[in-house]
Amino acid sequence: MSGPGGPRSDEPLLSVQHLTVEYAVGGKTLSAVSDVSLAVGRGETLGLVGESGCGKSTLGRAVLQLNRPTAGKVTFDGTELTKLEGEAMRLMRRRLQLIFQDPIASLNPRRSIGDIVAEPLIISGVKDKAERERRVRDVLSAVGLDPDQVRGRLPHEFSGGQCQRICIARALVLEPELVICDEPVSALDVSIRAQILNLLEDMKRRYGLTLLFIAHDLAVVKAVSDRVAVMYLGRLCEVSPTEQLFAKPAHPYTALLLEAIPLPDPTVKPATNLAVGEPPSPLSPPPGCRFHTRCPKAMDVCRQVDPPMRPLDGGRAVACHLYD
Amino acid sequence: MSGVVSGAVSAPLLSVEGVAVELPTPRGRLRAVDKVDLALAPGRTLGIVGESGCGKTMLSRAILQLLPKRARLEGRVMFGGRDLATLDPESLRRLRGPELAVVFQDPMTSLNPVLTIGTQIIETLQAHLGMDATTAFKRGTELLAAVGIPAPGQRMRQYPHQLSGGMRQRVAIAIALSCEPKLLVADEPTTALDVTVQAQILDLLAREQQRRHMAMILITHDLGVVAGRTDEVAVMYAGRIVERAPTPALFARMRMPYTEALLAAIPKLDSAPHTALPAIPGRPPDPTRPLPGCSFAPRCRYADELCGRAKPALEDPDDAGAPYACWHPISGARTSWSASSP
Amino acid sequence: MAVLEIEGDTALVSPVRKRHRLGGLFLAAVAWIVLIGLAAILAGVLPIQSPTDLDMLARREPPSAAHWLGTDQLGRDMLSRLIYGARISLTVGLLAPVIGVSIGACLGMLAGYFRGRLEAFIVGGVDVLLAFPPLVFALAVTAYLGQTVLNITLVIGILGIPAFTRVARAVTLSLSQREFVVAARALGATDSRILVRELLPNVALPLVAFFLLGVAVTIVVEGALSFLGLGVPPPAPSWGSMIGEGRESLDIAPWLAFLPALFMFLSVLSFNIVGDTLRALTDPRPGAL
Repeated sequence: MSGPGGPRSDEPLLSVQHLTVEYAVGGKTLSAVSDVSLAVGRGETLGLVGESGCGKSTLGRAVLQLNRPTAGKVTFDGTELTKLEGEAMRLMRRRLQLIFQDPIASLNPRRSIGDIVAEPLIISGVKDKAERERRVRDVLSAVGLDPDQVRGRLPHEFSGGQCQRICIARALVLEPELVICDEPVSALDVSIRAQILNLLEDMKRRYGLTLLFIAHDLAVVKAVSDRVAVMYLGRLCEVSPTEQLFAKPAHPYTALLLEAIPLPDPTVKPATNLAVGEPPSPLSPPPGCRFHTRCPKAMDVCRQVDPPMRPLDGGRAVACHLYD
Repeated sequence: MSGVVSGAVSAPLLSVEGVAVELPTPRGRLRAVDKVDLALAPGRTLGIVGESGCGKTMLSRAILQLLPKRARLEGRVMFGGRDLATLDPESLRRLRGPELAVVFQDPMTSLNPVLTIGTQIIETLQAHLGMDATTAFKRGTELLAAVGIPAPGQRMRQYPHQLSGGMRQRVAIAIALSCEPKLLVADEPTTALDVTVQAQILDLLAREQQRRHMAMILITHDLGVVAGRTDEVAVMYAGRIVERAPTPALFARMRMPYTEALLAAIPKLDSAPHTALPAIPGRPPDPTRPLPGCSFAPRCRYADELCGRAKPALEDPDDAGAPYACWHPISGARTSWSASSP
Repeated sequence: MAVLEIEGDTALVSPVRKRHRLGGLFLAAVAWIVLIGLAAILAGVLPIQSPTDLDMLARREPPSAAHWLGTDQLGRDMLSRLIYGARISLTVGLLAPVIGVSIGACLGMLAGYFRGRLEAFIVGGVDVLLAFPPLVFALAVTAYLGQTVLNITLVIGILGIPAFTRVARAVTLSLSQREFVVAARALGATDSRILVRELLPNVALPLVAFFLLGVAVTIVVEGALSFLGLGVPPPAPSWGSMIGEGRESLDIAPWLAFLPALFMFLSVLSFNIVGDTLRALTDPRPGAL
């Protein structure tokens, strides 16, 4: 079975099937991701959106096998990552990369930029020092930094935006196929955010990347994504092509996320009385549809039956009883 | 330069006059805030917008008299007829709470991790309003309910780490509001929060501000946050205010290229996916090495030789109540982008 | 974020060399350590008298041209004894923490990085070691194996392991949560590479600072052991045993106890100052001092 939203033409580069990630928290089981299926086609950018604690970062890390999934399969380019062990997984890692939210924390404060960006090459066994230096220079220039100026410096000498450029350089130096961007611009100012988003788009074209772009802000996701998946409390609510999702959100939760974006226009009065409150604790998710406690359109059935993911027209898929 | 705001009918509650803040750093003196004038009438909301390092936080600290010890403050911070900079610590302490209150970006650091929420609210109420414990507990519960915290009685007994970020920020707001301040300074109150929670917290602040007829300063890096929720906006760049206008006027007609660029950099909901964002190139200047001309000139697409040579003053040549500091202001209404809702 | 705001101000401008701001106290401390260290190393070739030659005619003499710092109760030259005493104090003082830091750092980093059962085992073992009465342990070892410099070093070194383990584990624990460690894992780095290349450079500086404090403590502990007669046996001089011997004649020749005490005080203070300064420098950001 292929994920909802489906591969568009050929085999998807990444496919996640019935993925569940659980943790033990103080004797209870926290199900951070439960039964999520997704596919990302080659060269595609899939945006993954949800509030904090919805499991979107856990999903990203489970794809990379940084957290081992409890159940389900992750297939990358025909190889089942969930079955790979030790050395085989380590070798696979150079094809999948990760960019973090906090660019400063994700750089070792005691190593020079040149060292940090060369590290992936050393790990993957590029022995020739001149070759490593050439590739580090190339990738640093590609992300808009002057290699000669930055190579000898330490991370604390750079601003957040520049550190994120360095992180992107480190992720790209091995020329991976899939890059998971975990809230790459949430910690940055609006002005710097635009620079980094543009850079990611440039890099995607230049290196032919496939991106899984995780964020809590739909407006940011819109700028870069081909399709968007919306997550709530560990489950998928909606997967739709970007244009359609923004034009006509299918799931009430998607609509809520859209309404919450502050518009830079004083003539549009901000929406008040947004679906009140915050997500319930993932330790004890509500029965039925997990969103029903905040959903303005909740019906009786929503409190009892968990809606399955169902396809709609235009390549959309939604998990909501409104479409029964 | 007088700091009186157009549109403000009554005398200003707060008036900041020629305020500058200098910090010693290993690389020399850093002029974080440079000759800022502002005024805020009772019950009005002022948005201060700027990038990281533009001095907006230091300006708010100067207003609150919460500057680091090594900082040097110039100018006057007139609040209710008194210059806060000249007050002794005890008088200042008595102002905090009933007159001046603050909400910070990270509620985890502004709440004491080893005390329950209840203890922290009750202590504030007892210290400033002299309530007895029972009244304070009751009032605290009411306050938590007012800021939209479900089951407030239970929450009073919980510790900050047991609450989500949004809930903690609500508690911080409840504590700030507990003594009915005349001025609330909210320093990036929603930057660390989810978009949905951000909307709720901003709504809460706006609602309480109107209900209590409280003046508010809302500091943010996002023009989207101030658009619907402030009466007036001041845009800061490199320690100075570069444009100031009533909010509708500002969004209808921006004069300063920096403001325009800041707005353009926000991802738009109505543009197609994969549209390149008009990012502001480069980065703000090093504040320890002030430029001779306009600080924004190196990043500005309209800049010419004059901008690099001479610093434009914050002036209001049209008497429109909307001063700006620019040699080449944008003229005419903006058409480069339009706002629309999804 | 607030963090970014501070960082943004300092970006891409060469940081001021922190050494310029270290101050005179730090330099004085380093000078004293170098002076004592050189004297101890070169004691054999320095033109000083033997520390064990008795001169019963010149007992408890105040400082003079023949004996710059006077003589002790057996007429031995005080300066010479202080310098040879420094040999023992510094040997034990430096070697014992080396044992502690090398074993403690390994255990602590392994515990902090791998967690789980290994951590429980290491922490448990360290707790047992910590609970063992140190004096009884020292007595037992010296009684069975003899009162040699090596044995004393070993005893103090092993007793220091728990402290170093705890510091290393705490630092590693907090660093392992940082994204740069996750980033290295995501890149496919092996555990040993992460431990050596990513964690060790960050754990090392706090440990070096703590090591210097350990040196100071060890000098005092060695002095206390010698004072109690558990240290290096006579006639070899050690600051601690000199204080112990000088105690008997505090009323008539107070310098016999005070001079070694002063040397010990200055050395301990110097190591503490250097250690504290290094700890302040641990933070790679400018202005952290």
